[in-house]
Amino acid sequence: MGMSGVNPQSDSFAELALPLFDQLYNFAHWLTQNREEAEDLVQETYAKALKGFSSFQLGTNFRAWMYRILRNTFLTSRTGLRVALTVPLDSEDGPALALDNETPETILLRRSNSELLQSAIDDLPVHFREILLLCEVEEMSYQEIAGTLAIPVGTVMSRLSRARKTLRDGLRRRLQKG
Amino acid sequence: MRAFDAHVRGCPACSADALTHVQMKRAIQVAGKRFTPSAEFRRRMQQSIAPKPQRSFHPGWIFAAAAALILVAGALTSTYVGTRSGRDQLFSEIADLHVATLASSAPVDVVSTDRHTVKPWFQGKIPFAFNLPELQNSEFSLLGGRVTYLHQTPGAHLIYDVRKHHISVFVFPEESLKLRASLGEHSLAPKELPFNMETWSQGGLRYFVIGDASVADIDSLAKLFKAE
Repeated sequence: MGMSGVNPQSDSFAELALPLFDQLYNFAHWLTQNREEAEDLVQETYAKALKGFSSFQLGTNFRAWMYRILRNTFLTSRTGLRVALTVPLDSEDGPALALDNETPETILLRRSNSELLQSAIDDLPVHFREILLLCEVEEMSYQEIAGTLAIPVGTVMSRLSRARKTLRDGLRRRLQKG
Repeated sequence: MRAFDAHVRGCPACSADALTHVQMKRAIQVAGKRFTPSAEFRRRMQQSIAPKPQRSFHPGWIFAAAAALILVAGALTSTYVGTRSGRDQLFSEIADLHVATLASSAPVDVVSTDRHTVKPWFQGKIPFAFNLPELQNSEFSLLGGRVTYLHQTPGAHLIYDVRKHHISVFVFPEESLKLRASLGEHSLAPKELPFNMETWSQGGLRYFVIGDASVADIDSLAKLFKAE
């Protein structure tokens, strides 16, 4: 008897995972800062996710699960290991710094210079870059970010605050130069 | 929270702060959506992830006979149909590259209307050199370029604008492309393709000009390239 069909597991994996492709790639490229490495990272992420899909509980947060796999894969890559060695990932759990009175944001926004902002994000340490992107670009909740980065919600808030402060400082330096 | 809202409404400093915060959030959101996967990588990943039908056939003489028939029919028609379908497939891939790029939030990696900026940008990124035409006294304007891939071959993708229509020009080394024999020296796109397209070979390079602009516009841009 001839028959044709699809593997239900890979079918539902594709259904869930393919819509995330563009955003995972964008995130991977921001992390690795390199097109080829980003492609390798995304490819490995999907391979690992497909392999481990049977352990994923349907109904839980698939997006956070995929980002967690991508980030863990990045941290064990050559670039990721170098980053982990040079950046103290959780050393910033102190109180958030107060906002400055000066606002390089307003100058930047007036100039609407997206390239300047991109280069300032690029220069952020990776633990600030990733949390800022997850929050502002991926619009993840603090809870989702905490799950993705495997850190407490309190750390998410303080790290975000520091990431924004560091970004503002970077922008200010660029604006003073330019 | 209500007290906070009331305070922000009444306090110019805090409301300015809050506004800046929201504007910054939006700016990061826009700037953060910066990288898009290449069409080639997208296709590769889709092929590896998309569920594949699993077929299992019981062997039998019916299948053997069917296979033999297919082989005979295939041998009879392969020369003509194979060439044509291969060429059509190549044109479809070019159309996919064109559409996927225009649909992305960052269609070009080098943004410039100046050919003397765009051409050197490709140095070291693609294994060949090519000339960009002078556009003065023409209706075309250069928007920028990016590196693209076709059949695992890196090439140049340039985007031009003419009366709000975007036209892609792809340049690949001729010898690296599969099915190049089916293209001939100069070809027009099949009628089924929802775009106008022209392709030709020149100096060992294969050029494709594609877009939803008129045939005349596609032809004019092609002529500018051919004159280089």
